[in-house]
Amino acid sequence: MLKVRIIPCLDVADGRVVKGVNFVDLRDAGDPVDAARAYDAAGADELCFLDIHATHENRGTMFDVVRRTAEQCYIPLTVGGGVRTPADVRALLLAGADKVSFNSAAVADPDVVAKAADQFGSQCIVVAIDAKTVSPGKWEIFTHGGRKPTGIDAVDFARLVASKGAGEILLTSMDRDGTRAGFNLPLTRAISDAVDIPVIASGGVGNLDHLVEGVTLGGASAVLAASIFHFGDYTIGQAKRHMAAAGIPMRLDS
Amino acid sequence: MSTVIIDYESGNLHSAEKAFQRMADEVGAGQVIVTSDPDTVRHADRIVLPGDGAYPACRQALFDHRGLFEAMEEAVITQARPFLGICIGMQMLATRGLEYTPTPGFDWIPGQVERITPADPALKVPHMGWNDLVIDHPHPVFDGIKTGDHAYFVHSYHMHVAEPAHLLAHVDYAGPITAIVGRDNILGMQFHPEKSQRVGLRMIGNFLRWQP
Repeated sequence: MLKVRIIPCLDVADGRVVKGVNFVDLRDAGDPVDAARAYDAAGADELCFLDIHATHENRGTMFDVVRRTAEQCYIPLTVGGGVRTPADVRALLLAGADKVSFNSAAVADPDVVAKAADQFGSQCIVVAIDAKTVSPGKWEIFTHGGRKPTGIDAVDFARLVASKGAGEILLTSMDRDGTRAGFNLPLTRAISDAVDIPVIASGGVGNLDHLVEGVTLGGASAVLAASIFHFGDYTIGQAKRHMAAAGIPMRLDS
Repeated sequence: MSTVIIDYESGNLHSAEKAFQRMADEVGAGQVIVTSDPDTVRHADRIVLPGDGAYPACRQALFDHRGLFEAMEEAVITQARPFLGICIGMQMLATRGLEYTPTPGFDWIPGQVERITPADPALKVPHMGWNDLVIDHPHPVFDGIKTGDHAYFVHSYHMHVAEPAHLLAHVDYAGPITAIVGRDNILGMQFHPEKSQRVGLRMIGNFLRWQP
């Protein structure tokens, strides 16, 4: 049986982890590669790096981080942030990323998803959707870190990118992100029901029950969290055992 | 001794190279070389064919390299050297693939590559993530591996083997999904051993020690 994935996400800027990672056994809490190794050893199912102010100039730093991570971690790695063209996808795949995530570029031109999927296969193309509640049961896509409304309905957009060949959707609720109040479950359920590709729930995890709800109520195939793991509130192992105890199929043998 | 990983510009070989070299060092299997040079392939002791992307595109990319398939055929079929196909590299062992358009494979392991259609329509395609292996036939590649161990999959098509004896392991996804195929000196893995942590590295090591 396919297992639900737990994906720790690291925000990276200029080759360093933003806000730091609070593990006891890290040599360098600011080094994304060190943090990635710790998560690999802890049994994370995948890793996600988000280059939070990716610019052309600092791209090289991210390639180096991805390359060093791929040399030392034997689990899948998704990289996002500033990905605009199929050439950006290719460069990150060659550096060692397994999946690459489009965000604003896919909103501006959904055909970029089709081009990238045709060239590299759907299996490595993720579309990150940042959505905000605009009225009950209606969610709109926002770009630029949640500051810029687009007028695009999130559920329609999810269907569109899935039809263009996206292999997976990384769904972040901008209402919940950073609040620790739990995933936006109606949003997660609406997107998950609308597409037949996997949906990763993100934004708002504050405790382990939130991870459970993302799957049981939200219908997510995977759950992404940052601070609850980075700050040492819970280990990956605790999260997996908690979810397994709630009846969710988890990989516990790593 | 050398193991070649065939580079035909289809996917990222960086992690595969690192994982194979790490295990080659551990089991004393010599050097791992990433190459598209037919002569290097012809003289290699072991051959690994990776691959990501659509079936027709991958086949085309491979056959665009003049002499590369002939070199593989000589090493694998004539000389019977150990071969491992990974993901699309495994699917290419089949008689044909049905992704986009019917495309001939190598026909080294008779069968057909078809879209995954889980009996439960709520299940997502691609089949993406960790699934637990069910071993169907014993094989040296399973040394230290047991039914229930997890491997990492990401694919929308899978191989139906014509001959049940060629199915070495499967996983369940509201119906069986082919995980490992093999016969004689030929092996194929649908999942990514280089992304499957301890279990994947162990199977890579087993392949590198395998004397069919």
